[in-house]
This record gives sequence, C-alpha cells and structure tokens, in this order.
Amino acid sequence: MKEEDLIKDISQIRKLMEKSTKFISISGLSSVLIGIYALLGSAYAYYEVYGFDSQAGYRDHYVNEPLVIVKLMVAALLVLVASITTGIVMAKRKAKKLQQPIWNQTSKDLLLAMTVPLIAGGIFTLLLMQRGMFIAVASSLLIFYGLALVAAGSFTFKEIKGLGMCEIAIGLLALVFPGYGIIFWSIGFGVLHIIYGVIVHNKYDK
Amino acid sequence: MKINLDQYDKIFENKVRLQIMSVLVANEEYDFISLKTLLDVTDGNLASNLKSLEKEGYIEILKTFIDRKPNTRYRKTEKGKAAFLNHLTALENLIKKRYT
Repeated sequence: MKEEDLIKDISQIRKLMEKSTKFISISGLSSVLIGIYALLGSAYAYYEVYGFDSQAGYRDHYVNEPLVIVKLMVAALLVLVASITTGIVMAKRKAKKLQQPIWNQTSKDLLLAMTVPLIAGGIFTLLLMQRGMFIAVASSLLIFYGLALVAAGSFTFKEIKGLGMCEIAIGLLALVFPGYGIIFWSIGFGVLHIIYGVIVHNKYDK
Repeated sequence: MKINLDQYDKIFENKVRLQIMSVLVANEEYDFISLKTLLDVTDGNLASNLKSLEKEGYIEILKTFIDRKPNTRYRKTEKGKAAFLNHLTALENLIKKRYT
C-alpha cells in the first residue's frame, strides 16, 4: 500500500464522517433576510401598539385588546411563513450548488431535533395567551426557539448553538424587564439573525 | 520497529466498503438512497458491497415500508464498529512507521 493511498483513505474517512453528519446547506444570507423580516414585523407591531406620532413610551393601545392581538398574531404568522419559505428556498439553492441532496438523513434528523421544542413552545405560548399571560409571550417564544437552535446545532454549523444560547438569554431577559417584549423580540429575532447570518456567510458561503 | 498488522482488515481494502463503514460509524443508521447520493456510486456497486459487509457481520439491515415503498436502512454492529476502529489504528500505525 502506498503512502498517498493511506493518507487519502484517512482524509476520505474524515470528510465522509463530517459530510454525513452535518447538514451544510443552510444559507447565511437567508438568516439575514429572516432578521430583516422580523425587524419589519416588530416595526409594524410597534406602530400598532404605540401609534405613529405618540411620544415615546405613551401607548395608543395595550396588548390585551382583541383587535390588536389579532393584528399582531397575523403579522407574526406572516413573518414566520416568509422566514420558513426563504430558509427552504435558499437552502435548496445552496444544496444544488454544493451538489448535495436537501432531503437526506441529516436534514431529517435536523428537522426532527428542531420540531420537538418548536411545537412544545408554540403550544405553551398559545396556552399563555389563552390564560391572558401576555407578559411572558415574547420571552417563551425566544426561549423555545433558542432551545430548538441548540438542538439543531448537533446536525449543522456549530455557530447555530451560539445563536440559540443568545436567544435563550434574550428570552430570559425579556421576562426580567417586562413591558419591553417588543424590543427584546427585535433584538432576538431581528438583530441576532442578521449578525449570525453575516458570520455564517463570511465563513462558509464564500 | 515491528508493526502489528493483525488489525489491518482486508475487507476494508475496498474503498466503497471503507466509506460505507465511515458513514455508519458516524451515524446511528443510514438509508440506501442517502448512502448512494453521498458516496456517488451505482446501485449495483453499493448493494454488492453492502452485502459483503453484512455477510461479514459488520452491518445489519433494517427493512421497513414508508407509504408502501420499501425503505432499506443500515446500521453498524458492535463487531463492525470494532473492526473499523482497529483498521483505522492499523492505518495510523502504517503512517507512523513511515515517518519514524
């Protein structure tokens, strides 16, 4: 057996172990776009709740008026749908570029790992709203989303774990300072996504 | 320096078999289609190498149906994992020998 063969064998083993356990088709730019959607959504929510020309800190509405709640939920759903669509479309594009299938064992594992905390978080938040505990809504969404990202971190770029932990920290802070939910929401879903997206894009997409 | 070559496994002299085993050691289980796209080999090539690994007792086959379509997944056995790790040690030793 020749020396080059040996070294090639070993590097091939290493590459396959990495490639078969990590889903690397996540696009950094999609995360930036998702962050922008979230900021737009937050701006809309701010406008709905605080009004346009009111002075800072003076509310036109409170978040327990039924019409406001419906409007905010619709906006949140729109942001969610747009984000998921963007994420999938851009992951598909990147997978094609890398000549990797988007639907493989690893992406299935990744999805399953995220689904469990996300569904639990979704139901938990709906129950909070049903009980009128709006104070904890922003916080619980951020925390469960963070947990989902930490779980996903085992199957893709390790940076996503860091993002998840930041989301959890922001979520906890949101409960320490109640009433500023919308600000923590913008930081967690908006600013953090954009920062993370830029980091991943610079590191892996080039 | 004397090198112990007992750990070198002839089965893994075949590239495809070595690659299959790398994937199965890194993952709990893997299905045929994903394995095929990942290794970029033909159906026949993959199937025959999977069969010889199975005959050796290094992997086991799990056949299930998803929406009535057959879905074949593979899993390493303890024996297979041990053999693979031993083989890696043998490769390492071979390299070390050349550089010392």
